Amino acid sequence: MIIEGKKRIWQDYQKEIADDRYFYVRSCIRQNFFPGSEKAFLRIMQEELKKDVYENAAHTTCSGIGYHSDVVPFDTAMTVIARQFSLMTESGYENFVTSCITSFGLYSEVLETWKHFPDVLKKVRGYLKEATGREFELPRNVAHASDVIFRFRKEITARGIRRLVDHKTGKPLRVVEHIGCHYSKMFPSKGVGGAEYPYVLVGMIEEWGGEVVDYPERRHCCGFGFRQYLVRANRGYSLANSKKKFESMKPYKPDFILTNCPGCPMFLDRWQYTLSEMEGTTYGENGEGIPVLTYEELAGLILGYDPWDLGLQVHQVPVEPLLNKIGIPYNTSKKFLGKDGQDLGKPDAPSVLKFF
Amino acid sequence: MTKTTVIIGGGVAGMTAASRLANLGDKVILLEREEEIGGHLRNWDRLFPNRRPGYEVLDDLRTNLSNQVDIRCNQTVASITSQPSGFHMELESGEILDCDVLLLATGFDLFDARKKEEYGYGIYNNVITSADLEMMFRSGQPITTSQGEVPSRVGFVHCVGSRDEKVGNLYCSKVCCVTGVKQAIEIKEQFPDSKIFGFYMDLRMYDRHFEEMYYEAQQKWDINFLRGRVSECAENQDQTIILKIEDTLTSRPLRMTVDLLVLLVGFVPKPETLRLANLLGIKIGEDRFLESLDEHTRFNHTIKPGIFVAGTAKGPLTISKTIADAGEAALQIHNYLKTIK
Amino acid sequence: MIDFGYTVHKERLIDYDKNDKRVLEHLKQHEPSVLTCIACGSCTATCSAGQFVDFNIRLVQTLLRRGEIEPLKKEMQKCMLCGKCILVCPRGVNMRNMILAIQTAIDKLK
Repeated sequence: MIIEGKKRIWQDYQKEIADDRYFYVRSCIRQNFFPGSEKAFLRIMQEELKKDVYENAAHTTCSGIGYHSDVVPFDTAMTVIARQFSLMTESGYENFVTSCITSFGLYSEVLETWKHFPDVLKKVRGYLKEATGREFELPRNVAHASDVIFRFRKEITARGIRRLVDHKTGKPLRVVEHIGCHYSKMFPSKGVGGAEYPYVLVGMIEEWGGEVVDYPERRHCCGFGFRQYLVRANRGYSLANSKKKFESMKPYKPDFILTNCPGCPMFLDRWQYTLSEMEGTTYGENGEGIPVLTYEELAGLILGYDPWDLGLQVHQVPVEPLLNKIGIPYNTSKKFLGKDGQDLGKPDAPSVLKFF
Repeated sequence: MTKTTVIIGGGVAGMTAASRLANLGDKVILLEREEEIGGHLRNWDRLFPNRRPGYEVLDDLRTNLSNQVDIRCNQTVASITSQPSGFHMELESGEILDCDVLLLATGFDLFDARKKEEYGYGIYNNVITSADLEMMFRSGQPITTSQGEVPSRVGFVHCVGSRDEKVGNLYCSKVCCVTGVKQAIEIKEQFPDSKIFGFYMDLRMYDRHFEEMYYEAQQKWDINFLRGRVSECAENQDQTIILKIEDTLTSRPLRMTVDLLVLLVGFVPKPETLRLANLLGIKIGEDRFLESLDEHTRFNHTIKPGIFVAGTAKGPLTISKTIADAGEAALQIHNYLKTIK
Repeated sequence: MIDFGYTVHKERLIDYDKNDKRVLEHLKQHEPSVLTCIACGSCTATCSAGQFVDFNIRLVQTLLRRGEIEPLKKEMQKCMLCGKCILVCPRGVNMRNMILAIQTAIDKLK
């Protein structure tokens, strides 16, 4: 592999990412699956980096989940998004940051539509006014939260206490990076690094000391995508896509997978459990799975936050092997305690995947 | 005063037109930006359809260039202006040149395969272009994979950079299909045990002897042609290349591994040609190659009297057709020179 | 093993690296004209059987080359050996002999 070749492509796909005063919109589902992630993002941005990240309590879903499942028409989605922009304008912000990658894709798609078809924008202004009496300005900059963490990766290193290195051997950890399809496949120029060799997660991994693993099915979708798996009978099709990726990455023996979408880590994490129960296969070593992290969880670990504060205990593939490799201490007895130390009970152990 | 023709470009077209004009008694100055004349022909090992050595044609072209032709290498045109009678040029060396007729024979560039990011050229060691392969043949070095081994499976990807909206080249580059078949035969000759594959959308074997070469490739050399365009390449741990293709004949996706992947890169217009065309007010086609005055009857004239064009600056051509085209341009110029005072 | 209510979809791609090429190798020796096929479809267009039965002799050629033995076994059974295909093939592929040679090769595999 000639890394200079990739670097040239990364240079071609640079994008502007605002550096402060963010209007933050949450994901519909992330807090269920990765409860610590959004909190970690806010903690890093507000407490560590002293940035202004504002959330308006009246903000809603972008309706992407409905739009992509064919239950919300495009006009409705555009009007909902217009309302989000109206809240942003009203609160005095211009830089839009989304937590979810499908949101990012949908906001990009809507803004592109309005750029090429100004009559549609005018129509949507009409819809919003009629429905809510609101008006809005377009954001100056739209970025995904992973873009923002990417932008401040060096600052995180400066404050960080951990590296992506096996603390016993000193060798860099091998990391598979996986971006959400909606990040750059639709609009390669809106993703850092483009669609073919996206750099947003690679940049973080390299900065924090890890080694990126390039495997044949790197570009393949994890199989999420609403329409595919909302109906239970279809789920095998979704599952087959994640399986294709796991089969391809297994020989490279990655230490963990890093993702930037809400759905991808959910699938890549949960489906390892499902496949182990359905077929008996595991993709890590010694009956373990390959731990999956979101970029906020990873940034939190670099900064020395407690793994259980980051919500890593709800991952279905246990992260303990990874924590051990990096040398992050954790208290197993506190793993399933709630915020005030209350006992939340323990989940049953899976029958195949190694549990801790 | 003897009328002077300046030919910009010392490749196949430029050399041919220069020697024809000199034979007809006309005064010619041949400008070439590189250190020596010959253009791309210097880099081809063997030419289709009969696989004869390229240097034979180059030697023939050189020999025909009588010492009446004023050959000037390392020269680039900085600016040109049209005068009432002819053209006034300033070269980058500072030299001034005035002439009565201009012949643009600036040629083509090869498509930069790095633009097709999904093929990994410049990233995966075992992905090379047809031009790289031809240089390997030319240099006489054995063809090996990046690990120095004999390739047991070689794939040829057709239409790289041509017929492709994504890179802005809708046109067909004409010569790549036959090059792919030629190179496939040449590799199989060197390595009879290897398996060779061509991945194509259409096989454009349009000229004399081309279809027979395709037949020979299948029947004598057992070369496999798979109809389906390669969509992605990835690198295995052992540096072999894994391909995703649709096998359109069975309507199913297909996956296979090759040791070496050759990208058949097409023609792109030279930026230098476009610069000169803009300076001179010559029409450029939508495909960014130069436009002739008339596709059939004035193929070497442009909309400006006294400015002619020959060779691949007008679009993809084979070497034999370039020579024929340049010969015609020379004749047209010779006739034009008789008409001007 | 738990049944979650769905099964994992199998891949439908042709895995060329893994496919069995022995039938093709047999054909290369016993009916080498198959190598010159360009999949133009003239044969399939004129085929007697193909007018009424889901049979595609161009597909037989292609499956043979890809090493897709199981679909090949099923598909080639439907040929009636009438020979209309040979009359129109522009490359001179002897398809009747191809069918018989495929059968011999498949029998040898068992």
